[in-house]
Formats: sequence, structure tokens, C-alpha cells
Amino acid sequence: MSIEALPAEFAETPLQRRRSLAAAARNPSVIIGALIVLVLALLGALAPLLDTLPPSDINPVFRNKKPGAERVVRDSNGSERKYVHRFGTDSLGRDVYSRVLYGARVSLIIGVTVAVISVAIGLVIGLIAGYIRWLDGIIMRVMDGLMAIPTILLAMGVVSLSRAGLSAVVIAIVIPDIPRVVRLVRSIVLSIREEPYVEAAITVGTPTPLLLLRHVLPNTVAPLIVQGTFICASAILIEAALSFLGVGIPPETPTWGNIMAEGRSLFRVYPHNIFYPGLCLALAVLAINMLGDGLRDTLDPRFAKRV
Amino acid sequence: MLTYVLRRLLATIPVMLIVAVLVFLMLRLTPSDPAAIIAGDNANTEQVAEIRRRLGLDQPILTQFVIWLGKTLQGDFGESFFFKKQVTELISDRLEPTLSLSLLTIVIAIAIAIPLGVLAAYRHGGWLDRTVMGFSVLGFSVPVFVIAYVLIYIFAIELNWLPVQGYQRLAQGVGGWLQRLLLPSITLAVIFVALIARITRTSVLEVMNEDYIRTARAKGQTEPKVLIRHALANAAVPIVTVIGFGVGLLIGGVVVTESVYTIPGLGRLTVDAVLARDYPTIQAVILLFSLAYVLINLVVDLTYTFLDPRIRY
Repeated sequence: MSIEALPAEFAETPLQRRRSLAAAARNPSVIIGALIVLVLALLGALAPLLDTLPPSDINPVFRNKKPGAERVVRDSNGSERKYVHRFGTDSLGRDVYSRVLYGARVSLIIGVTVAVISVAIGLVIGLIAGYIRWLDGIIMRVMDGLMAIPTILLAMGVVSLSRAGLSAVVIAIVIPDIPRVVRLVRSIVLSIREEPYVEAAITVGTPTPLLLLRHVLPNTVAPLIVQGTFICASAILIEAALSFLGVGIPPETPTWGNIMAEGRSLFRVYPHNIFYPGLCLALAVLAINMLGDGLRDTLDPRFAKRV
Repeated sequence: MLTYVLRRLLATIPVMLIVAVLVFLMLRLTPSDPAAIIAGDNANTEQVAEIRRRLGLDQPILTQFVIWLGKTLQGDFGESFFFKKQVTELISDRLEPTLSLSLLTIVIAIAIAIPLGVLAAYRHGGWLDRTVMGFSVLGFSVPVFVIAYVLIYIFAIELNWLPVQGYQRLAQGVGGWLQRLLLPSITLAVIFVALIARITRTSVLEVMNEDYIRTARAKGQTEPKVLIRHALANAAVPIVTVIGFGVGLLIGGVVVTESVYTIPGLGRLTVDAVLARDYPTIQAVILLFSLAYVLINLVVDLTYTFLDPRIRY
């Protein structure tokens, strides 16, 4: 039985959904953003093949070199070759170019992981809050409390609870993002509940799980893709800020934030340690924000007004 | 109106109570034993037990919460593990730099962003409009510390106009205070200029098509007056709302900016406290910043009636 096709303010028919996907694929902002993200992801993924040195290799005699400095390195097979430090070296003699490329991995992985986890958790909590009325009040008050704590402070508080590392940082960034997703999902659920086709589905006795799956969930997809994209961008920024402050990922694993943290003390003399990772960071966040803006305009034009 | 203010003020209590519960639970969730941290490495089991009893950590958790909340409400956050001082004292020492930085940032941001946003809306689709919109996307994407280093590089290292480090108390002279605070405030203002200019442009643009704008022009009102008295005044509510939300960003930015420019404010204190796992200080700072955030947004809500007399409570 299909009782889907009633046009309504929030609900989209499958046909409309396909059309907006096609429009998204043509949007210049989406195309440019996606291309830049793709290039950065490839640089990170293929880092070992792109003439890099191991990012943690320390070289005490070759510290703090300016970009373009050359030295002889010995490969794993024993042959010697000339190596150009494109972005210079840091205060431990590590190659900044290699660290920046490997850093792309961590930054992008954290962005995507945080987006996926916080959207998933927020979706579940939001559906519960929107559907189980007696839990709604309690859940939303807790969310209000979480949202009253400024994002970076909450993340820093969570990070301080355990040893610094990838999972601690991911959890610390996920927690402040959850309330934003919950609010969005709950508001969608509350408006969808009133739709005639949902009332009709309830009347014919559709069980609640099926109702959520068939009628509510499809309407959350587009707004959540948009929201997830913005969360990804802000997660990359927060990870960089935490690592930059020294409370995020420890320096053994290079991330754009902690490469910059190590460049701080000698910034006056060797600004390259800050500028190259900073440029990549800004470029990545800019590209993801552009992607998000484009997706919002095409997939979910009402998004800006709703949140 | 007065009853509305009271009702809104009362409504912030449950939110702050939940923040307090979250912050309190934070300390209890730590894998480490706070009593052992305070006692230090050389303490024996009896000394640790003595400290635990003194801090009330041997009580049931609900009792602990009530005691802790009671003390917190009196402004007693306990003693810092790391600085070995009363947390309240630590915070009051650090308040001035942070307040100075935040206020100067907001003043600079508003002074630049609102004229920029109004002009962008006025010249809708022109080069200024496109520049403002492009800049606002950029402002959201470039992290505060990258902006900070770019500005330091240009203004402190290349041009040598402004000093980079430290803070000078206001009591020691406005000149030195402003000179040291200017670069950090401009750094932090960038994201706000982006935020406020964008919302100003959007909301002014929305009202520009209203009948009363046409009427104002028809009666011969000059364009600057049309823009300020008629367009901007009617677009004020969303702008102020965004400034209120922006305070959350501002607090995050303060933490980072104070670190880059070595300003001894609350932001630096937060970073030091997190690095030292100094939980009483972390709790106090989180509570304080959250309270400030909630109260500022309350004030923002209350200004609506003044900005737009059509809104009545």
C-alpha cells in the first residue's frame, strides 16, 4: 500500500528527491568543494607514494631548515638520493611536507568520523524525543544544558577526562554536536507527524518502527546530509584547535593542528611550520563549507530558516 | 514586561542546573582519584583517605552534589590542584584581560560589520556585495589561530607596528592596554565580521522591498536615512540574535587567541588547567563561561522589545 504521494510542506516525493540530487550534482559550489576535498583526501591517502619521508623521522642535524633545503637521504633499499624539503623541516628535523600530507589523513578522518557518529546518535535521540512524548521534556532539557556550554570548552572538558588520543578527541567533538542534530531531527519529526499521510498510516495500523522507517526517516535524509557536512567542517576546525593548544592529538601522529603547535615557538624565524599546515586546514574547511552551502541550497532550501 | 523578565530569568535556572550536574559528573567520571592527585605522589594511603574525607568524597554521590552545589553558589570552587590557590581568586585575577579582549572584539566587529552588511545589501549584486559574501565564507573557514599568525606576520614582524605578546592592565594606561590588545581583538573580530555582516546583509535585503521603504523614499527621505532609520532598524532583531549566538564562538575564540598572544586571561587558564588535569579550575571555568553565555542570550531576548516595539510580552 502506498500512501506517500501527498504533497506537503516538509515531505518530498521520491521524484522530488531525485531531482534535487541531480540539481546538487550540477551546483558549482558543490562541484568545486567536492573536488578540493577529493584532492586533499587523495593527497592524504597516497602520501607514501608522493615522495614523502616517514612523518615521524627525526634528524637532529637537519633542524629548522627553510623550504627548499636539500639533503641526502638513504632509502630502505640502501641507495642514496637527494631529497628536497619542499616545506622545510621542523625543530626536530622532521620533513614538514611529509607531515602536512600525512596530517590530511587524521584531519579528514576525524571530520568524517565525527559527522557520521554525531548524526547517527543525534538521529536516534531525536526520533525518540520526537516520538516518545514523555521522554521529550527530559531529553530536550539535557540538550539545552549541553548547548549552553560553549563547544570548545565542552570538548576540552571531555578531553581532560582521559588520555589524549584519537578516540578521546573524536568523543570530545561528538558530544557538543549531538544536541544540534537532535534539535533538527526532533523538529522534522514533530512537523511530519502532523502530515495527512502519516495520520493515514497510523489509522491503517502501521506499527511505529515501520512508520518511522518508511515515512519519517526519508524526510530527515536531506537535512542531515547538509548538517553532517557542516559538522564535518567544524569538527576539523575543533580538532585543529585542540591539537594546536596541546590538548588534542599527541605530536607522534601529525595533524595540521599539532604541526602548527610545534611551529609556534620559532614562528618569527620559521613561519613555514605554521603557514603550510594552516593553508591546508583553511582550504579543507573552506571546501567542506562550500560543499555544505551548495548542498543546502539544492537539497534543502528550508534548512536555513528552520535551524 | 517585568513579569516576563522574571519568568525568563527563572527559566535559566533549570538550564544552569543541568550544566551544573554535567560539570559535577565530569569530575566523578575521571579515571583518576582526585584525592590521590591532591595528596601528591609521596602520600601514603592514610593521608589520601584523610583528604578524601575532608573533601567529602566518601559521602554518597547525591550528598556530594548538594554540598558541591551549595559551595559553588557561594562562589567557592575549592582549591586548584595545580596552582594551589583558591579557584575564585585565580579567576578574579584573570577576568580583566578576558573581558577587555571580548568587549574590544565585539566593538570592532560591530563597527566594521554592520556598515559593510548594509552597504552590501544596498548595492545588492555589486562588487562590494560579492566581496562581503566571499569574505564571510572565508571568515568562517580560516581558524582563529591561522588568522592570528597571518596578522602577526604582517603587522608585528614585517611592518613592526604592534607588539605581539602579553597584556598590560588597564590601570597602567589606556595606550599600552590598547596597543597590546589591538592585534588580538582584530584577529578574533574576523569571524564576527563574517557572521554579522552576512546576517545584516540578509535581513536588510529582506526589508528593502517593504512598502515602508518605498514610502520613505517617496516622501523624499535621503538614502542614508532610509537605510539606517527604516531598513536597519527593522532588520535589527535577527542581527542581535546572531550576535548573541556568536558569544559561544567568541568564548571558544578567546581560549585560542589568548594562547597565541600569551594573554593571561581565563582562556589561558582553561588551557593550563586542562593540561594539568586541574579539575576544580576546569569546572569553575566551564560553569562561568556557560553562565555568561546563557545570561547574554537572555539579555539579547529582552532587547527585542526595545528594538522592535511590535514585539510585546
